[in-house]
Amino acid sequence: MSEDSSLYVFAQALWQCAQALPMTLLLTGLSVAAGFCMAVPLGIAHHRRHTLSARLVRAYVYFFTGTPLLVQIYLIYYGLPGFAFVNDLMQINALAFLKDGFAWVLLALLLNTAAYSTEIFSGAIRNTDAGEVEAARAYGMGTRMAMRRIILPSALRRALPAYSNEVILTMHATALASTVAVMEVTNAANLFVTETYQPFAAYAAAAVVYFTLTSTLVGGFKWLEGRYLRHVRHRG
Amino acid sequence: MFDALPLIAQYLPAILRGFVLTVEIAVASVLLSVLLGFAGAAMRLSGHALLARAGQAYSVLVRGVPDLIWMLMIYYSLQLVLNDATDALGWEMIEISPFAAGIFTLSFIYGAYFTETFRGAMLAIAPGQIEAACAYGMGNLQTLRRITFPLMMRFALPGIKNNWLVLTKSTALVSIIGLEDMTRLAQQAGSSTHLPFAFNLVSALLFLLITSVSLQLFRWLETHYQRGVKMTVHGDE
Repeated sequence: MSEDSSLYVFAQALWQCAQALPMTLLLTGLSVAAGFCMAVPLGIAHHRRHTLSARLVRAYVYFFTGTPLLVQIYLIYYGLPGFAFVNDLMQINALAFLKDGFAWVLLALLLNTAAYSTEIFSGAIRNTDAGEVEAARAYGMGTRMAMRRIILPSALRRALPAYSNEVILTMHATALASTVAVMEVTNAANLFVTETYQPFAAYAAAAVVYFTLTSTLVGGFKWLEGRYLRHVRHRG
Repeated sequence: MFDALPLIAQYLPAILRGFVLTVEIAVASVLLSVLLGFAGAAMRLSGHALLARAGQAYSVLVRGVPDLIWMLMIYYSLQLVLNDATDALGWEMIEISPFAAGIFTLSFIYGAYFTETFRGAMLAIAPGQIEAACAYGMGNLQTLRRITFPLMMRFALPGIKNNWLVLTKSTALVSIIGLEDMTRLAQQAGSSTHLPFAFNLVSALLFLLITSVSLQLFRWLETHYQRGVKMTVHGDE
């Protein structure tokens, strides 16, 4: 390892990036999990065209899918503490974690992925086969029960390919947390550059980490699709 | 919130200059990345094993890594490589402008997405269409211009729309490599006036304007390229 110095530098960069991996995974996991919990009810509200709640959800989705995540992070991280009540909250000792970038970036990531997921789930609910809904009705199910037992399970399965893409994009999006000093993989690479001035090795190492993570997620979702979309595959 | 208005008015000309820069970068990058996408799709569909592999590697690698990493890697490394090259040749140092680097990187990234879009669209064209063109005695170029290209555009349009919308939002990343685009100018104005929420909201609204205008434009393009398709009622067939 010591003979080839550029390889050695790369290995060092890779080690530094890998140490920041838990933070990237934490940001991804938390925002995806919370985003999913938010997007399912919002998706149900979103697909009903003309109610007030549908309009509000549409406005939310329109804003968060129509603007860059970086701007959303700035708006939340720099902007929200400017409001008096948020500032008051930050002074409470138990809520001191609000002074870190982490909580705000997590909020931005979660609102962002929830907006895209809402759109995906709403589309899947809308495209449910009319026959499935009719069958549920024929069994005497009400709107709520049909949604819970028939439409949602079927829609979430069909949403899987689009949703897997959204999860991967959210994982990539955590790189933006580096702009507000959260020590995840990209920021570890930034730090390596300031220490060694080897930008290529640093960012190539980060790229390797992200690419490995992407491949793992792609593989995981392929397995999930094989499991939950078997009925669709056989029909084709 | 409302006492912010005079300050916003004061900074608005600068932010609007950033808006113009953002639009310039987006348009230049999308044009370049469409060209790269055509090249990539041609490589993937060439039937030449090595070319197809190279095209596939390009699209998979680029899409597997965050945009920001590519942006930082290309901007900082390209400068170093160029410095070494100019040193070796005894030339004066050439400095890469963030503007050029931004456009280059965005095109490089979105070229990969367009590769996939165009490849899918080419595969969606019914072979009978091209056979029919051949039967009418059209040459290769004529078939491409009259049959393949318009048909491919029809299938590619939803993907092009999506790529364009994502690309316009990605232009915000050029602010990280030091370009004075709308995102950066608004954020700077926000921090110097202690009104970060109001100023970042201005840039968010300007981005929404770009999105809305683009959606309208694509609605028009879609009707243009859908000519000759019998409109079916949406829903299950």
